[in-house]
Amino acid sequence: MSGPAVALIANRVHKRFLVKETGKSTQAVADVSLEVQMGSLTALVGPDGAGKTTLLRMIAGLMTADEGRLDVLGIDVAADPQAVQDRISYMPQRFGLYEDLSVQENLDLYADLHGVPQAMRRNRYARLLKMTDLARFTARPAGKLSGGMKQKLGLACTLVRSPELLLLDEPTVGVDPLSRRELWEIVQQMIDDEQLTVLVTTAYLDEAEHCARVFVLQEGKLLAEGTPEEIRQHARNLCFIVTPPQGQPLRILQARLLDDADCIIDAVPYGGSVRFIRRAEVDPQRLDSLLGGIPATAVEARVEDGFMVLLRERHDVAPMDTAISKAAGGTKNGGNGEDNAKREPDEVVIEVRDLVRKFGDFIAVDHLSFSVRQGEIFGLLGPNGAGKTTTFRMLCGLLPATSGFLQVAGFNLLRARAVARRRIGYMSQKFALYGDLSVMENLEFFGSAYGLYGKRLRERIDTVMQQFDLEGREKSPSGQLPGGFKQRLAMAVGLLHEPEILFLDEPTSGTDPLKRREFWRRITALSEVGTTIIITTHFMEEAEYCDRIVIQDAGRLLALGTPQEVRMQAGGEGARLNMEEAFIRIIEQERRKNSESPAGEANP
Amino acid sequence: MNEAGTEPGSKGLPAEKSDKVDKADNGYEGHKGIRGFRSRLISLTRKEIRQLLRDRSNLIIGIGLPLVLILIFGYGLSLDVRDAKVAVVLEDPSPVAADVIAGLELSAYISPVVVTSMHDAQRLMLAREVDAIVQVQSDFSRRLAAGNAQVQLLLHGSDASRALIIRSYVSSALSQWAQRQSDRGMVAGAGVGIAAPGSVTLIQRMWFNAANTSTWYLVPGLIVLIMTLVGAFLTAMVMAREWERGTLEALFVSPVRPTEILLAKIIPYFMVGMLGLGMCLLAARFLFEVPMYGSLLIVLVSSMLYLLVALGLGLLISSVTRNQFLASQLALITSFMPALMLSGFFFDLRNVPVVIHLIGNALPATYFMELIRTLFLAGNIWLLIFKNCAILAGYAVVLLGLARAVTRKKLD
Repeated sequence: MSGPAVALIANRVHKRFLVKETGKSTQAVADVSLEVQMGSLTALVGPDGAGKTTLLRMIAGLMTADEGRLDVLGIDVAADPQAVQDRISYMPQRFGLYEDLSVQENLDLYADLHGVPQAMRRNRYARLLKMTDLARFTARPAGKLSGGMKQKLGLACTLVRSPELLLLDEPTVGVDPLSRRELWEIVQQMIDDEQLTVLVTTAYLDEAEHCARVFVLQEGKLLAEGTPEEIRQHARNLCFIVTPPQGQPLRILQARLLDDADCIIDAVPYGGSVRFIRRAEVDPQRLDSLLGGIPATAVEARVEDGFMVLLRERHDVAPMDTAISKAAGGTKNGGNGEDNAKREPDEVVIEVRDLVRKFGDFIAVDHLSFSVRQGEIFGLLGPNGAGKTTTFRMLCGLLPATSGFLQVAGFNLLRARAVARRRIGYMSQKFALYGDLSVMENLEFFGSAYGLYGKRLRERIDTVMQQFDLEGREKSPSGQLPGGFKQRLAMAVGLLHEPEILFLDEPTSGTDPLKRREFWRRITALSEVGTTIIITTHFMEEAEYCDRIVIQDAGRLLALGTPQEVRMQAGGEGARLNMEEAFIRIIEQERRKNSESPAGEANP
Repeated sequence: MNEAGTEPGSKGLPAEKSDKVDKADNGYEGHKGIRGFRSRLISLTRKEIRQLLRDRSNLIIGIGLPLVLILIFGYGLSLDVRDAKVAVVLEDPSPVAADVIAGLELSAYISPVVVTSMHDAQRLMLAREVDAIVQVQSDFSRRLAAGNAQVQLLLHGSDASRALIIRSYVSSALSQWAQRQSDRGMVAGAGVGIAAPGSVTLIQRMWFNAANTSTWYLVPGLIVLIMTLVGAFLTAMVMAREWERGTLEALFVSPVRPTEILLAKIIPYFMVGMLGLGMCLLAARFLFEVPMYGSLLIVLVSSMLYLLVALGLGLLISSVTRNQFLASQLALITSFMPALMLSGFFFDLRNVPVVIHLIGNALPATYFMELIRTLFLAGNIWLLIFKNCAILAGYAVVLLGLARAVTRKKLD
């Protein structure tokens, strides 16, 4: 049976949303036209709020376009959404698994709904369970799976039969590198075996590398399209790497480059070096002085580089640099707490020895020992369910340890939790401020909750408002701020009482490259003035910003050291691994060693 | 799937062949028609039942709460006056006076406390240890002979309806004595104050609740409450839960039709509702011994009709609010509370202000309440049965129709 050669045609599609609170409407998708070929893997990329999810939902018939026409598998989806829904599969960002049903029951449900005949199921299930490595867990309720396993089960549910078009909405958000790689292997295998047509949205641009075609969306508009090669072309001959002298953190050079927006489009730490994109028209002498005479080596452009060039060309994202450098200076003079001045730069501010946390029989954290020095950026890495969050909560004093020694900011957390807590700031993964209070009201409330009042509270509020570029937003309800603003506000609140140590739990999960750059630029600025930062992340490239990192799996410490040392541990002297490769190797080596212990246990 | 049919399995996996073969007849043709409908409905219903059984809070509301309600309304809460303490001041030592008081002793509703002086009786009354005082004065037998005997009854009026009930019990106990006397022809025309002298005697009889026990009255009403609870309150959560957990988004992009989703929700909760009904009927029959004068079949049919009304309301609320907390509050306010207060369960709708009366009459619970009580205590009154069943059926059609209309496979 032959179908159309084109899976999807979008012709000048528009979609507006009415924002209830403000009465204004926003343009989610504006005049988008695109085509997706049958049997290909296509990616929709773009920053947050670019309209990727909205477009996908319109294709799935869950939303109706205001204008324009969408033909999916040759069917006008607005006229007959059911006909489309009969033939496609869709994995929403938050795949709605039925958490009280078992893995098998979830699969059965979707197989029944898609009318998969019994005769065919046995083979199909065996294959899906093998690919997802879920065969051991078929009887386990879906709610008791770890994040990565849930995501794989969600994918398996969309693949109970071979759909004519598979829509995946950010399938790898919040998933560790290991599970992320496994998810892509499954998709790739289905494409190879069944000529599946897949349309995927993603904020990880390395994922766009193996797509046949990439569409770049921004603010609802189609910014560019082409093969990955064509996207890369935008950054051709502009990408370089430069290695700073030993002992100097990468982020110092990276920040200096990123701050010079006239010369540099983008700069990120990468595999022990700094990778940057220069502007095409830049003066070579100026660039040379910016690099401090260190020679730069030209490298191949990646899709991400092309994407950054495209975004920076059309859109001025510059203002952050000045604000951050200004703020960094401001805080320095403002005196970041007398305690800091008294401390030696190498003083240990967090000391962890033989830390254990059990939940019943389950050991979430298994004899963990490390220390963090004043002013360090310290990264906690590990796959889903490795015990990162548990460790984090114990460090913040939110969860008592089962046994072990734990000293934070000079206080023993097992005894003086309340005192230690005043010395730390915490930013949780979710937005934990009052959405219906304004920016100013939130700052005032949390400031007074930390014991600030009167003139001192005013001063602190003014400082963080300036530091995080929140001026002019004082009266906006916090819940309606754009994502980047929310995060800045949350950090501002966490820093109001000038904590010595700032804890950040997956602050960059699900955010686009632009916002991540900005975020890290702020972190670098904070550490410059002596704030110690403890951070968890799923983006391995971000580990390169850290002074030292810990890799945890199944509660145990697998690696500890500078990013360079950890890369060495993974690959030895010769191999030039990037952080993600090193991470995956270390985890896999360890798991192979203890192959009897099950992988990716459920998160407590 | 242009080349799908011809492409050989590149990786040679065992599943490869059967996948391809199946694709031809499973592409999408299999979803159409009654076969697809039936298999999807069975699968969704099975899913709902599993979820229902695995979520303990469902079972607590669906089965635990009805049990508690049955026990509270059946035993704990009663509008009856039973064994009311009445102080008896017997100042006349004559056998006739003692005979009069004996009538009080015999009554199931009154338990007399004999005291020697009015002073003691007043003390008991003030301490609220008795609800009434019956005083037989020292000249009772003398005045009885003269034909104008009097017994004084003092009532504690703080609870007016209780006082009235006790008055009627006391007077009926005393008038029974007078009746006996006149039957024996001993004291012709003798009155004890309350009983009318002469030949005309008022004979009271309560119809439809001959024993005048409020259990008879409350237990059928309980069926209404429990059906409302299961139907509206429990189901108000189910669609909202799916919206909140984001499970619908993936479910929508499949051959599932909205009607199937709704039907799959209705079926298990309908069964839970019938279970509640069963518990009520058993409790009514064996625990509280409430008679059922009407036909059981009609009780069942009308209960099912009302259950559909409640389910329709619950699903409608759930689909509109898409939020479990809001849905549960709304379900309480629009269904359970009115069913408790405004349907005539406690308060007779004829005695309430016009506005409340109108609101009460707009509630489906009111019609079911009237119907179920009539069926239990009065029997098959066909006009009422047809009228109220028609009204309930109307509500069911409208509410379920609305619930179907708002359940669209759309996110905007």
